[in-house]
Amino acid sequence: MSEFDNLLASREMILVAGSGGVGKTTIAAAIGIAAAERQKSRVLVLTVDPARRLASALGLEEVGNAPVQIDPAAFSEAGVKVRGEVWVAMLDTKAGWDELIRRHAPDAAVRDSVLANPLYENITSRFVHSHEYLAMEQLHDLHATGDFDLVIVDTPPSRNALSILDAPSRMVEFFGSRLLRWLTVPYRSRLFTVASKPFYQVADRVLGSRFLQDIADFFVLFQAMESGFVRRAREVEALLVDPRTSFVVVTTLETAPSREARFLSQQLLERDMSLGAIVANRVLPEELAGAEAAKSAAALLEVAAGDLSESVAKKLGKVSSQQVERVLIQVAEQFDDVALVAARESDRRSELASLAPITLSIPWVSGDIHDVAGLGVLAGHLRNPA
Amino acid sequence: MDAKGALANAFDVGELTFEPTEVAPGLSAMAMNTEDSLREYLRLFVRIPLIGRIGPLAKTFDFVADAAPGVKEILGVGKLCYEVRERNYDLIVVDAEASGHIVSQIGAPKVIADLVQVGLVRDQTQWMLDILNDPLRTGVVVATTPEEMPVTESIELLGRLTEETGAYPSAVIANRVLPVLFSRDEQRIFDRLDEALEILVSGAGEGMSAVLDAARLAEARRRTGAQHLDRLRASLDSMARTQGAIPIITVPELFSRSSGPRVVSLVADMLAEELDPTSLLPSERSTASDDE
Repeated sequence: MSEFDNLLASREMILVAGSGGVGKTTIAAAIGIAAAERQKSRVLVLTVDPARRLASALGLEEVGNAPVQIDPAAFSEAGVKVRGEVWVAMLDTKAGWDELIRRHAPDAAVRDSVLANPLYENITSRFVHSHEYLAMEQLHDLHATGDFDLVIVDTPPSRNALSILDAPSRMVEFFGSRLLRWLTVPYRSRLFTVASKPFYQVADRVLGSRFLQDIADFFVLFQAMESGFVRRAREVEALLVDPRTSFVVVTTLETAPSREARFLSQQLLERDMSLGAIVANRVLPEELAGAEAAKSAAALLEVAAGDLSESVAKKLGKVSSQQVERVLIQVAEQFDDVALVAARESDRRSELASLAPITLSIPWVSGDIHDVAGLGVLAGHLRNPA
Repeated sequence: MDAKGALANAFDVGELTFEPTEVAPGLSAMAMNTEDSLREYLRLFVRIPLIGRIGPLAKTFDFVADAAPGVKEILGVGKLCYEVRERNYDLIVVDAEASGHIVSQIGAPKVIADLVQVGLVRDQTQWMLDILNDPLRTGVVVATTPEEMPVTESIELLGRLTEETGAYPSAVIANRVLPVLFSRDEQRIFDRLDEALEILVSGAGEGMSAVLDAARLAEARRRTGAQHLDRLRASLDSMARTQGAIPIITVPELFSRSSGPRVVSLVADMLAEELDPTSLLPSERSTASDDE
């Protein structure tokens, strides 16, 4: 078994993290396939917002939080030999929040008032890293069902890579915050709290007391659910440091994503969270940075104008040696650009390699991946790295 | 708006603050900060002598801004509109938040106007909307790269901007576009070079096959990118019927550097070449851009 196979075998939850645009969802799906190839097991990939073509390749046309199984025929047609089952679910934040409210509301009256509150939707969609928290909630639920041997979470793209790590504790913090306490103190006594008086006057003047009252009403309802929410958030938080959980950080080897990946990896280590692997995606072949290729490119630039173009033209037939010469010069000049990028990538790869027990490189493939066969190829790169 | 230090890095200056720093003659840079924006707002508009006492409550205010829909956004966008209204600059370029957030930012005055029934903030949404919805003063420039997700997101963003805000998309900038290497005839020769690999190896050494691989890779990358740009162009064309043509301005991939002042100046030169100089710098204008 490869190192990556071992990682998948020893974990029950894999959180796939990294900055946006690095192919996180695709890698998460490929990890799912890799796990199902390795052994006869039930694997679930929970994703947030897959590219449409990838989603349809996975049969994710209309699903919500409920997992659906990828048709085994799709694998056999694509020549991907899976021994287990691969399931996928797409995170539906709104449905997730509704579900949380239903679960934690002490009674039907509170539940219905919250769900019907005009601020509810607006607040849940942008509040306390809502997406990140909901992703973790779903992971907790799906893992707790015991239906799956391995749950892989494609974490939501966020402005800050850390927000996925901090989401549960922020939720706990929010319920204990001064804001919530202050907002839910009855209107009258608020006026008499000396400390909050200037704040209240300003807030009232700027936002209007009616709006403040609307917010307060909403949070009074919300506070009725405090104990349930806090307990859950603590459980969810515990998942992050659970020995059965591991992170896979996905990145490209470009400047900004690599920096983000390095930062995220260091933070994981600092927080005693398990960093299982770093996957460098869309990597140029390392031999392009090699000395032999560079020597040939330089030589090509020198000899292109001479006999070489003529012999190539003769070999290909029906083309002029001037045309061949232009092509060869382009090829040679092009090489410097690509080699430069390959050299930079190779540097960044070694920086990242020092941070994780496993560092894998997925070669850049032409075109985007949006079918099961393409995912199978990626799974192969994960399991049997070059 | 999304201060991660990228702008400071681009100009190679120390940390940027809410107080503008002159990074080059005639060019100032600042980083948005909701709390500072709130302080300035209170100083300018509320005019009550409480600023000193707000200190310990700033965190609470931050919580309100976090929880109350539109408050944080309006503090950001309000500051920008204020600078436009006061004519403090000839042009204000906003490095907006990622595409998912910019709609809520530009749409904040409308959300506030809908949710807040009375109060100072509500009264002030109208002049902001007047600035944001005036195509002579505000244009949204959507930046993208020729890749699948960025192009898809840009198309969605352009649609949402039109549907959910009154802001005017004025251009799309496609960054990091790979140049066309070959004419059609040359392309045919390039595609067949493998047939002459032996000759090439004897002429330029064993590394030739890697050199050809590199060129093939670059060419495949360019082709994929070109397909995504075609898709972008097609959807801009279909939008054009309702709101006039939105141009695509391309900036080629720079291999030598990936960030810092050198790249900024190279990209600026390329943009200057692509842009019609007469269209630059109307009397006042604010421009938002997505942050690819």
